[in-house]
Amino acid sequence: MARVFGSSIKRREDPSLITGAGQYTDDLKLPNMAYAAIVRSPHAHARIRSIDTSKATALDGVTAVFTGEDIKKSGTPGVVPVGWLLPDMKIPPHPVLASETVRYVGDAVAVVLAEDRYRAQDAVDLVEVDYDPLAVVTNPAKTVEEGAPQLHAEAANNIAFDWELGDKTKTDEAFPKAAHVLKVNIRNNRLIPQAIEPRAALASYDDSKGQLTVWMTSQNPHIHRLLMSLASLGLPEHKIRVIAPEVGGGFGSKIHHYPDEVIACWCSMQLHRPVKWTATRTEANLTDTHGRDHVTEAEMALDENGRILGLRVKTYANMGAYLSTFGPLVPTYLHGTLLSGEYDIPAIYCNVIGTFTNTTPVDTVRGAGRPEATFIIERLMDLAAEELGLDPVEIRRRNFISPDAFPYQTQVALQYDSGNYGPALDRALEMVNYKNLRAEQERRRGEGGKLLGVGLSTYIEACGLAPSAVVGSLGAQAGQWESGEVRVHPTGTVTVYTGSSAHGQGHHTTFAQIVADRLGIDADNVEVIHGDTDQVPFGWGTYGSRSAAVGGSAIAVSADKVIEKGRQIAAHLLEASEEDVVFEEGKFFVRGAPDKSQTLNDIALQAHLAHNLPPGVEPGLSATSFYDPANFTFPFGTHIAVLEVDPETGEVKLLRYVAVDDVGNVINPMIVDGQIHGGIAHGIAQALWEEAIYDGNGQLLTGELLDYAVPKPHMLVSFELDRTVTPCPHNPLGVKGVGETGTIASPAAVVNAVVDALKSYGIKHLDMPLTPEKIWRAIHQSGRS
Amino acid sequence: MTHISVEVNGKTYERDVDPRLLLVHFLREELELTGTNIGCETSLCGACTIHMDGKTVKSCTQLAVQADGSSITTIEGLSTDGKLHPLQEAFWEKHGLQCGYCTPGMIMAACGLLEDNPDPSEQQIRHGLKGNLCRCTGYHNIVKAVQYAAELMRAGNPEGGK
Repeated sequence: MARVFGSSIKRREDPSLITGAGQYTDDLKLPNMAYAAIVRSPHAHARIRSIDTSKATALDGVTAVFTGEDIKKSGTPGVVPVGWLLPDMKIPPHPVLASETVRYVGDAVAVVLAEDRYRAQDAVDLVEVDYDPLAVVTNPAKTVEEGAPQLHAEAANNIAFDWELGDKTKTDEAFPKAAHVLKVNIRNNRLIPQAIEPRAALASYDDSKGQLTVWMTSQNPHIHRLLMSLASLGLPEHKIRVIAPEVGGGFGSKIHHYPDEVIACWCSMQLHRPVKWTATRTEANLTDTHGRDHVTEAEMALDENGRILGLRVKTYANMGAYLSTFGPLVPTYLHGTLLSGEYDIPAIYCNVIGTFTNTTPVDTVRGAGRPEATFIIERLMDLAAEELGLDPVEIRRRNFISPDAFPYQTQVALQYDSGNYGPALDRALEMVNYKNLRAEQERRRGEGGKLLGVGLSTYIEACGLAPSAVVGSLGAQAGQWESGEVRVHPTGTVTVYTGSSAHGQGHHTTFAQIVADRLGIDADNVEVIHGDTDQVPFGWGTYGSRSAAVGGSAIAVSADKVIEKGRQIAAHLLEASEEDVVFEEGKFFVRGAPDKSQTLNDIALQAHLAHNLPPGVEPGLSATSFYDPANFTFPFGTHIAVLEVDPETGEVKLLRYVAVDDVGNVINPMIVDGQIHGGIAHGIAQALWEEAIYDGNGQLLTGELLDYAVPKPHMLVSFELDRTVTPCPHNPLGVKGVGETGTIASPAAVVNAVVDALKSYGIKHLDMPLTPEKIWRAIHQSGRS
Repeated sequence: MTHISVEVNGKTYERDVDPRLLLVHFLREELELTGTNIGCETSLCGACTIHMDGKTVKSCTQLAVQADGSSITTIEGLSTDGKLHPLQEAFWEKHGLQCGYCTPGMIMAACGLLEDNPDPSEQQIRHGLKGNLCRCTGYHNIVKAVQYAAELMRAGNPEGGK
């Protein structure tokens, strides 16, 4: 029988999604539902003199208009908290409705409730807010300068935290003795996540039971329930039910606890009727947490043979106007810890200053910190190769951590558990036919015309943050384990409850494969439930490429517990000792005597009838696990971008994109490849097109899809994928993570390729996105055009 | 209020609507056909793509009153007699969707594309779908799905085409 683990079975999610039957949050309606629309600040920084809601309230069809003062009067806390604490971090309060000062364009100041969404929007325009505009700062480095406008009384010089990692003295000592020192200044461009489904919430408060139910666009319903209870609403946790129905993509943006969803809940509690809020695209772009936005200075020291001696990184990381849920985590422990890349670097020091600016709060966007780190090191590797006259492949090989050096302790806290970087690089080079490409490049350089560029990114990712005790010691106000329940019904079919919460990743399919494989049953007999705090024991959710490695492992452990209990019962029924009973392909039998067997179905029925159970064994056949991994997992690989640059126009045309990834064992290759495709597209988009731009007044100039360049189909190519398999040594499935590899690897591969194409102009570095204008200007400013 | 009569997925609906009501809200809220999604309200994402009198249309920038007298097909009306349309089959088979939010619009747009060009090249598919955004798939498997659907339809799949 072919194993269901490792096979590309079609997704069971799809039939409802391809027919329009899938129910997303905004598809849901409840009787007597009111529509909420939020009044937002048009100023990036202003004091609120007054808010006049009278005209809006008087509009026919308007039920109520509330401001921050109303929330205060209600006694509800009405704030959103931060979920990651760094030493000495300044945490200014973040009220869900601002009543004194607004700090970014989009900051919520009032909410309108009306009988339909059009009327609600009409009333938004009638709320009169008198603002006293204040000076604005948007740049994460300039905000700390003397004379910059101050955002929060709590944070002097707009500094939220000043964090460091690594050995400064040892790193500083590496530089004076180095044969080569390379330096690069990088502005890692600010991104808007752009899940195609805007955020939404439908809240329904039942007064008679004191029970709140909220359907919302969430990657982690239990985290939202916890924060709603603990910080925002003051309702007991067991009286809140959060449900994530179909969720139309997240990319990190639906992890966080935002004001808007709290406002919808609070309004339902005030009005005693259901309230729905759905963001428009403009609102999504103004209020979904943004990503990246680093100003970085990085230096690498190398010896005469191209061996790295030290790496020094200083980064100003934009936190936006308030600290978002995991905002402080991203540029610190998801960024500084990745700076060793795939390389054996004896000394690393990283200093990150998180700063407040008059911009949308910044938090995770697919990759989150790790693309920024990978970009730094992979750009420096290319600069070093150029300086030393080495091929970019050669300098990487000289510095790779040797396959026999694992587990490898980096200088930036992580211990890589496994890895073998050479084969992935070899395979990628073979796929692109590297030698021929270089020859073709030389030929073209002689001819003039379009320039060929080849760019490598040999990357590592750390995902599935763990174990909980360690992430707690680093500041997490969350655990990073996952729950998984495997419940076998009397007829032998199975329902799985997982704390992971998919929004496109295909957990219904993949997790059924895990259980079917372990229990030796048909995957069609396994149902997977997620995204509902009343059904699932607990969950930390889906982000950080953790679902398979942590959520999947929890399920695998539970399936194994079911088998162990089944073995006890089977041994009793077969009148054998437990040690002699084996379990293969869904059957228990005495070793050597497969003819006389008990199927899992038989055992499930007996377990529930409980007419003849061994002494001390409880009825029922289900198991729940709370799986806390021993370590992160470390996917790695090599990505190569091949492209051409038109020196006349500065246009980049992507020709090929090759990715060889090692994500450990693969449960469903089709789904894994799909995750890699999406990640690559997202990263290429950061490299070439996407950027959130604020003007000097803090107005977001890219608030619409017209201005913010999410790639369209014709801008991309079909990707060429392969993989190596180095199983994760510490989880029961041997899986790592796959959701972010593409986004982590590809920006560096693309930018390295463009800079490679522009070599003859002496261009060393260009900041993303590499728009035709930027490239054209660089060519013309090079003096060699 | 303005009276309109619209045929949607083969059924005629008579309604009095606010003249400013968008067609997509008419479909989603009046007719409760929530398969057509809204991603941007400005015609840029294509999640709301439907067919109106045989043309591919973005329903977020049409008024319901403009649909008066027209015949509309939404994703809910694409399969016939419980059998999936080849494009639906192909998106499933080739993993052309992840979160599924852009999918109804993407399939409707692809349907229009294949009617105009039953045997498109990869580039023609990519250009033909550039009015529809997907954030999950990088379009890789969407292209494969449309190619596969075209094959199915050319092979004379009895349910091929509209």
